[in-house]
Amino acid sequence: MTELQELYQQVILDHNKSPRNFGELPDAPAVEGHNPLCGDNVTVFVKVVDGVIEDVKFKGAGCAISKASASIMTTLVKGKTVVEARELFVRFHELVTEDGDVDPLVLGKMAVFAGVRDYPSRVKCASLAWHTLKNALEDKTDAVVTTE
Amino acid sequence: MTSSAAADNGATGGTQISSGFDIDAVRADFPILSRTVHGKPLVYLDNAATAQKPRAVIDAINEYYREYNSNIHRGVHHLSEKATSLYEGARKRAARFINAADSCEIVFLRGTTEAVNLVCSSVGQSIKAGDEIIISHMEHHSNIVPWQMLCNRTGAVLRVIPINDDAEMDVADFEALLGPKTRFVSLVHVSNSLGTINPVKQVIDLAHAQGVPVLIDGAQALPHMQVDVQALDCDFYTCSGHKTFGPMGIGFLYGKKQWLEELPPYHGGGDMIKYVSFDKTEYNDPPFKFEAGTPNVSGVIGLAAAMDYMEKIGHDNIQAHEHDLLVYATEQLSAIKGLRIIGTARNKASVVSFVLDDVHSHDIGTFVDHEGVAIRVGHHCTQPVMQRFGVPATSRASFAFYNTKQEVDTLAQALHKVIDIFGA
Ligand SMILES: Cc1ncc(COP(=O)(O)O)c(C=O)c1O
Repeated sequence: MTELQELYQQVILDHNKSPRNFGELPDAPAVEGHNPLCGDNVTVFVKVVDGVIEDVKFKGAGCAISKASASIMTTLVKGKTVVEARELFVRFHELVTEDGDVDPLVLGKMAVFAGVRDYPSRVKCASLAWHTLKNALEDKTDAVVTTE
Repeated sequence: MTSSAAADNGATGGTQISSGFDIDAVRADFPILSRTVHGKPLVYLDNAATAQKPRAVIDAINEYYREYNSNIHRGVHHLSEKATSLYEGARKRAARFINAADSCEIVFLRGTTEAVNLVCSSVGQSIKAGDEIIISHMEHHSNIVPWQMLCNRTGAVLRVIPINDDAEMDVADFEALLGPKTRFVSLVHVSNSLGTINPVKQVIDLAHAQGVPVLIDGAQALPHMQVDVQALDCDFYTCSGHKTFGPMGIGFLYGKKQWLEELPPYHGGGDMIKYVSFDKTEYNDPPFKFEAGTPNVSGVIGLAAAMDYMEKIGHDNIQAHEHDLLVYATEQLSAIKGLRIIGTARNKASVVSFVLDDVHSHDIGTFVDHEGVAIRVGHHCTQPVMQRFGVPATSRASFAFYNTKQEVDTLAQALHKVIDIFGA
């Protein structure tokens, strides 16, 4: 695989074309995230019942990396507890920013984003939805601006 | 562009390439152009962000640090005298470059951003609530935010000249905004994200008829066209040296002598004073009044070398070659299915901004980079332009006189690959 194919894996292209959980949740608060680098934005809706993420959706305009990341994120955290989702956030953050081995078993579907760390300018794209979700789980409704 | 409209707005020169223009020789003057990126020859089409530097500029900086490095103006030793004469020589060079009447009208500073902030801060001291400042919808953030900050501080009002679907402003719209409350007009000469060349001469004349001073943001004009500040009769004009084939972190503000004498200083410190005591400080004459502290001497010397270099290549040659590139790139890119050019002004510099159906500009940027092609993606520090055209971002290819039609072809081929992968 070339470096570029490593970044744009088929899974990412697929989620970009047909994002999962795309839309709004009328009974959940809308939390926005912005990427000032490119002007992209994402809105995340999470419905938490008794500490469990019962439903999650997102909408917004963005590049393939940010859209696929949001889409895959929703499939990963749906049904998880808030604590588990926060743990996934940390794992994801490490995956796209830190050197070292990636354990595919721990990361599951997230592993397709391992290529992102070679593209510092694209780390923000991949992490925007995750930062927004984190804020939503902490009941912060101010817009997130990714700065890493 | 039509040459009459061009001449009217500060650009002069015909469209014939003289026999002296040898593109291979020109490219050989820029060491970076022979490198590869991701194993492919570099195709540098991000000139509006910053231009590459010819060897003459790199050598001039190098020579300064090897031979003359010392602080300027107050030294009595040999090195300081030499550095001072190079620095002040560069000021005369810059004055000739834009045909300023007097070299004291050139204030060296970091670039257009600092130039706008200087004018905004000094002019701003006499701005009051209810006063109006006019800018256009296609300004770079550096010609929006300082004025907004001033308005927030004083209660003045920012008025914005609209742009049409071709990214052109209508002088009549400007006239309609110009009124008894207008205190200042600040307008971009050439738009960095759209390529539009604005009718600055008409704007200046109209504003002057009402006694209103005008600043022209020349960041994107000076790399492409010959500018004559006396013919334009602008009150202020800005230069970002790094976009004009000079070093990073240096540029200048041109200000009419009468303004520089009248306006209060910007930064306080060394060199901008004649006499300091705790009771009273007497400011220096322009331009020194606006150059507090140790300046970027090597930058100024490098910038002078860049202006020498551009004039050696010749403005006529630059304009003719870039015009050919713009026409060719517009044809080649428009032929790509699903590609839409943003910025279709009749009078345009060699900048092509575009969007592709279903492919985000960020993805385009990363893909073409792997073919060795450097373009800019995003909002180009002109978010109101993106809002005006209803796009989150564009991809932008911006050409300099060292670019070639083959490089346009490489970009077009790379875009075809992007479309194949994202399977529109
Ligand atoms: C039209 C325009 N104005 C102003 C600026 C700001 O210039 P600088 O960053 O050199 O201060 C730029 C640079 O991108 C520009 O393109």
